[in-house]
Amino acid sequence: MAPQVPGLIKGLGVTFGEMVKTLKSGPQTTLYPHEKEEPTARARGVIALKEENCTSCMLCARECPDWCIFIEAHKYLAPPRREGGQPRQKNELDRFDIDFALCMYCGICVEVCPFDALFWSPEYEYSEVRIADLLHDKSRLGQWMETVPDFPAYEAGSEAKVKKVPR
Amino acid sequence: MSLVLAAFDPPYWLSTLIKVLVISAVVPTTALILGMVFLFKVMSWMQSRLGPQEAGPRGTLQLLADGVKFLQKEDLVPGGADRFVFKVAPIVVLVSTLLVYVAIPASAHLVVEDLDVGIFFVLAVSSLSVIGVLMAGWASSNKYSLMGALRAAGQLIAYELPLVLAVVGVVIQAGTLSLNGIVFAQNDGAIFGWEGIGNPFILTQLLGFFIFIAAVQAELTQPPFDMPVAESEIVGGYQVEYSGFRFLLFFLAEFATAFAFAAIASVLFLGGWAVPWLDTASDWYYVLGPIVLFAKVMIISFIIFWVRFTYPRFREDQLQAFAWKVLIPLSLVNILITGLLKVAF
Repeated sequence: MAPQVPGLIKGLGVTFGEMVKTLKSGPQTTLYPHEKEEPTARARGVIALKEENCTSCMLCARECPDWCIFIEAHKYLAPPRREGGQPRQKNELDRFDIDFALCMYCGICVEVCPFDALFWSPEYEYSEVRIADLLHDKSRLGQWMETVPDFPAYEAGSEAKVKKVPR
Repeated sequence: MSLVLAAFDPPYWLSTLIKVLVISAVVPTTALILGMVFLFKVMSWMQSRLGPQEAGPRGTLQLLADGVKFLQKEDLVPGGADRFVFKVAPIVVLVSTLLVYVAIPASAHLVVEDLDVGIFFVLAVSSLSVIGVLMAGWASSNKYSLMGALRAAGQLIAYELPLVLAVVGVVIQAGTLSLNGIVFAQNDGAIFGWEGIGNPFILTQLLGFFIFIAAVQAELTQPPFDMPVAESEIVGGYQVEYSGFRFLLFFLAEFATAFAFAAIASVLFLGGWAVPWLDTASDWYYVLGPIVLFAKVMIISFIIFWVRFTYPRFREDQLQAFAWKVLIPLSLVNILITGLLKVAF
């Protein structure tokens, strides 16, 4: 067995070695405002809304643990799909707000959405001076859709098809 | 240059004024240098970071910015506090630091007051700070503050002993209490007749050096001896209730004291302001002395802060056991051996 270096001296060696490493090959950190770290593809940065897919079913608003989703909708009669048919009853989304000051980024709303209307986007630079400005309305949530990355491919041999992000 | 300085013989009031101004300019500067170089930069590097980057070139002015920020803060005094004692306490701590600087020589003549009992004076006034800490803890009317102050008192008193005893070895070997005298003794000394590098006492008093550094670490209440200000146990100890300028004074005192103790360690063990192959009477030391001393201080400070950034905190009983069961017996043995060898040779 090799002779053991006493732990105290070993510890001093670790910190000194780390200092030399930092000075020679740079730190582990990045100088944030000047250079940006690329977040991973499935990072939970902000929630994006595909408004056309939303049916105002309220599942997300009901499941949200800290009640940060606000939905208002009204019913209207859409013209019949075929000649002579009955007009169809649909929900028109009036308001869909997520208050990111309350949101805890659990992702339950994204999981629970049955119509693929909510998606995670890795964007994280949306801090505000006023806390009230963290309430994103449906147009702002819709703009985040552009930043949603495609779902990653499954591993080889998988039977399931990779879902498509509606663009 | 010595002629110019020799011809300059100011009256007592003027020389006193100059001395006060020099001390009050040097102390914050040293605290800034140590804080900037070690607390911000070296600590960051050891944790694989870069430290402050934005204020000034490569973040060198960050500590000044922080100081200005502290000055802008409200000066809070807790409701049940003993107002006078509360306000005086940081000043007491800082004054003890200022007094330490009085006796530190930057060259044979560049010393505020060349005392014959220099090292004795330094150790005496440096332990005054514990009174300020106790005042701060008591006057804050806060149980964490009081706990912190009592811990600080127990710790500083326990580590005062090995500090003094480690110095005694050097004093026996040098045969003088004067800090300049100790520098001369090292510069004039010889290792078995070889005078190449004089005789820096770190060679003969290596044990004393380690005891001194460990005791200094505890005197400064730095990790791994930072129980008095342990934020995870007593949320900051005696500093809990202090804000703004008064907190800044505590901060200044801590880092200026670190610099002062590093300077004393380099005087006692590394030959102080002198370079071995240059005679101590040389006029060069008016310029060279401070630079050499500063370089040695930075080396000792690096060791102090290196240890600070590496080790986790002791437990309170381990702290006392380390002082009374390890450091004090070792330093007594060190004194005994030094005395025997002094008599033998």
